[in-house]
Amino acid sequence: MSEAASETAFEAVGGRRGGNPRAWIARRAEGIVLPLAALFAGMVAFSIFLLVIGKSPPELFDLMWRGGFSSWFSIQNTLSRTAPLLLAGLCVALPARLGLAVIGGEGAIVLGGVAAAAIGGVLGGSGLPGPLGIGIMALAGMAVGALWIGSVGALRHYRAVNETISGLLLAYIAIAIMNHLVEGPLRDPASLNKPSTRPLEAAYRIGSIPGTDVQWGLAVGVVACILCWVLIEKSSWGFAARIAGGNMRAAQIQGLPVGPLIVGFCAIAGACAGLGGMLEVAAVHGAANASLAAGYGYTGILVAFLARQNPLAIIPVAILLGGIDASGGLIQRRMHLPDATVLVLQGMIFIAILFSDTFYGRFKAFNPELWTEKA
Amino acid sequence: MIQRPAINRRQFLKTSTAAAALGVLGGSAAAATATLGFIYVGPKDDYGYNQAHAEGAAALKGMAGITVVEEEKVAETVDVLKTMESMINIEGAGLLFPTSFGYFDPFVLQASTKYPKVQFRHCGGPWTDKNPKNAGSYFGYIGTCQYLNGIVAGHMTKSKKLGFVAAKPIPQVLLNINSFLLGARAVDPAVTCQVIFTGEWSLAVKEAEATNALLDQGADVVTCHVDSPKVVVQTAAGRGSYVCGYHTNQAPLAPEKYLTGAEWNWANVYKMYATKFVGGETLPNFTRGGLADAFVKMSPLGKAVSEPARKQFEAKMKEMMKGNYAVIKGPLKDNKGSEVVAGGTAYVETAIELESMNYLVEGVIGATS
Amino acid sequence: MAGSDIGLWGVPLAILGGAIRVSTPFIYVSLGETITERSGRINLGLEGILVFGAMTAYAVAYMTSSPWLGLLAASGAGACFGLFHGWICKFPKVNDIAIGIAMMLFGTGFAFFLGKPFIQPLAPHLPALPFGFWSDIPQVRAALDVNVLFLIGVGLAVVLWWAFRNTRIGLIIRVVGDSADAARAMGVDPDRVRLLSTAAGSALAAIGGGYLSLYYPGSWNEGISSGQGLMAVALVIFSRWNPLGCLAAAILFGGAGALGPALQSVGLTHGYYLFYAAPYVLTLAIMIASSSPGRTLAGAPGELSITK
Repeated sequence: MSEAASETAFEAVGGRRGGNPRAWIARRAEGIVLPLAALFAGMVAFSIFLLVIGKSPPELFDLMWRGGFSSWFSIQNTLSRTAPLLLAGLCVALPARLGLAVIGGEGAIVLGGVAAAAIGGVLGGSGLPGPLGIGIMALAGMAVGALWIGSVGALRHYRAVNETISGLLLAYIAIAIMNHLVEGPLRDPASLNKPSTRPLEAAYRIGSIPGTDVQWGLAVGVVACILCWVLIEKSSWGFAARIAGGNMRAAQIQGLPVGPLIVGFCAIAGACAGLGGMLEVAAVHGAANASLAAGYGYTGILVAFLARQNPLAIIPVAILLGGIDASGGLIQRRMHLPDATVLVLQGMIFIAILFSDTFYGRFKAFNPELWTEKA
Repeated sequence: MIQRPAINRRQFLKTSTAAAALGVLGGSAAAATATLGFIYVGPKDDYGYNQAHAEGAAALKGMAGITVVEEEKVAETVDVLKTMESMINIEGAGLLFPTSFGYFDPFVLQASTKYPKVQFRHCGGPWTDKNPKNAGSYFGYIGTCQYLNGIVAGHMTKSKKLGFVAAKPIPQVLLNINSFLLGARAVDPAVTCQVIFTGEWSLAVKEAEATNALLDQGADVVTCHVDSPKVVVQTAAGRGSYVCGYHTNQAPLAPEKYLTGAEWNWANVYKMYATKFVGGETLPNFTRGGLADAFVKMSPLGKAVSEPARKQFEAKMKEMMKGNYAVIKGPLKDNKGSEVVAGGTAYVETAIELESMNYLVEGVIGATS
Repeated sequence: MAGSDIGLWGVPLAILGGAIRVSTPFIYVSLGETITERSGRINLGLEGILVFGAMTAYAVAYMTSSPWLGLLAASGAGACFGLFHGWICKFPKVNDIAIGIAMMLFGTGFAFFLGKPFIQPLAPHLPALPFGFWSDIPQVRAALDVNVLFLIGVGLAVVLWWAFRNTRIGLIIRVVGDSADAARAMGVDPDRVRLLSTAAGSALAAIGGGYLSLYYPGSWNEGISSGQGLMAVALVIFSRWNPLGCLAAAILFGGAGALGPALQSVGLTHGYYLFYAAPYVLTLAIMIASSSPGRTLAGAPGELSITK
């Protein structure tokens, strides 16, 4: 039993059994062609839907191009929306490699933002230099986020509480805590009609990447994706995590420290989301308030699944989804379609991507193991 | 920065060239129109806050020389910043109305600094001289309307208990609650008003629960300050309580129980801005107005309203129409017993102190935190 | 209408009334999910199906002036979503939890899209039976205004509990849920049973949604749900896949939801956000207390992916 299990686990982490370059390309191609095909299928389904309601698919896709990608203005619009999605996507993708479906990133974002704003308020006026203050705020946001999602992992491992549900419950609780703190103990008395924490002092604000309108959070998100990819694909912890993700019981039997792995990866995921919250506060709002609960955590779910839980793939996927979001306003104004149109498109793409899971390993072209059967 | 006609002519040229290039605006390129952008935080047909603004915008759609673009459900995040920029860059909007309070800081401020040639007028924002001159704010003194609501409520209540479903304890809401009670107390000093905060601007289940809790405690006239009063009105009327409306006219939802309502009259305000904009005049930066300026209005009195109520309502309205009415005047205590307005002091509706109200007056059951 | 001051009695009365009013959608969603999970599938998409059901019920009720037709249409729509979920999940390697999340997003988005024209209009409401007719106090009468769907839901819970134990179809579902191989040995096609169970479960969830829009709060808008679908799935696990347990849990949850405003109305105003979080905290606490690495596996359908 354990031999078969470890073989499965070995395959699950992409263990290679041959050094043939054509085989290598074939396997890699599968991971690109199938998602792209699914994306295309989702868009076709959406186009049919548009035709049924009497709207023009070419017009919509043209507006999507114009609103998201066709001009420097649009590209910046897209990139501004990409920044939080990168970190939110990581919050889902990392535990997913372990086989956990954690979708409560919204809670970690919100509380990370509050923590950062609170620390920033305390440090304000202390004379601490800007970069140091920002660093401390980032650590605070990451710590709180790590605690939040780490709890989800701990509950899953030590108490067998389903992580999808506990994560979502904790997200609702986090938003309630955020509201309570922002309107109560942490409230800035001058923030009359929009209860907020004290605005961060200018030195602790994060600005835009020079020459653009896009905040530095984009760069932070990209770096985080790369680091997480290295963690998962190249480090021994990542290897152990992927084995556990392939077959948890086999991993336990083989003596892998499954508990610490689960809690650790969930904590890192939460830290990413918490960092995202801190960036929203420092780069966008300047304070923590109810606008922090903007739904990035939920869009992050889609980003992670579309990227098939691969941190590097999260980058282009987040840009794509950022572009779709960016064009939403234009579509609403020009085609008089409700803003939910974008949600329908995203839902259809999501379903198509998940359905495409079933085709992995089925097409001969992509599966070198099947090539030898031809003879 | 003074608005000179030359700048507006440039604005027209830019708009019409953009229009010709995009082929969006029907008609010849020579028919230069000004594009006005409206941004709502919720759906346009919510029987409440956003609908009031949309109705105002709708009044502009027939006007010559004006194109209106609208976008709804725009969140108070970088979304609204990008929406504003998109309306400016792609539709060539020259005057924008971001209508939700939370848009002001930092988004409207950022956008107005970045686009000095575009005018931004924000609903309710605390614009001061230190803010960019191409930005500004407008708001209506709807508190006086809640006072009138209170007068009718004071007459119609038999239990002497009123109910108020509020979203968050911010100054604009507190002023409404206090005005409602003070209006009722002008009829009968024994009336009290209980307030429950739902914590969200729009959460149907909580609003229904809050309404039920208020009615359980004996309230028989209910009003509210949430984005969409539809649920409160229906729930209260469904249990046999009277209702006073807010934002827009909810009478169609409960014709038997609807007394009157405090409504916005944004059409008036928007027409003022639009006419000035098209005419190349300077737009005022800080615009406030009350009943007398037709910034706000009252719903027609419902059929259940008694004759004495009607008489007092109309008399008070006449008095308010003269302008400079003070609902909040001393001596006034808050509901914890401390004095908040000294005897002899009166805050007319224009008083800036009202915009930082943080207390509930005596007779309001509830707390701000 | 003169209301008497009932003071602190307001709180237990509100909890009672709330338990009845607020629990009804939870009852339907959790009963529906019980059927689905007993057959070995987990359908997290119920949140989206609930919202879609709410929209459909409201729209059809408005267009036909009959709330019952609205409910019927909602259940039909729910069944379609369920069939789709069941069909797509039977393909190998498709993750039913992920599909559920996708259905949640898609169902909600689609509901908002189609529901735009129905935010303003008024649809007829579902009737309620006045069980409090014996009381003079209007608050008691209001609290005991029980909607027919609540009564049907209670009856349904009893019927399902009995059916799982005593009928052939109940046995089939349980066998399919415990072991697909054993089911095949019996001559039953597990995929087909799961398909129909998911459809039935989704239809019930959609009816739960219809209750929200046609009775309480009685209006369609995009904020109608605050996670009820997801909470109900949690309730199923907590109640150990037992329909009567679901009923009890739903009522408990409904009472907790009414706590916040009721406490405010008697003067406990500080920290009201935290009181509003009570249902979520309660659910989480109960889930933690009732789970343990050894115990969750006992009583769970063997084929359920979250227990494997």
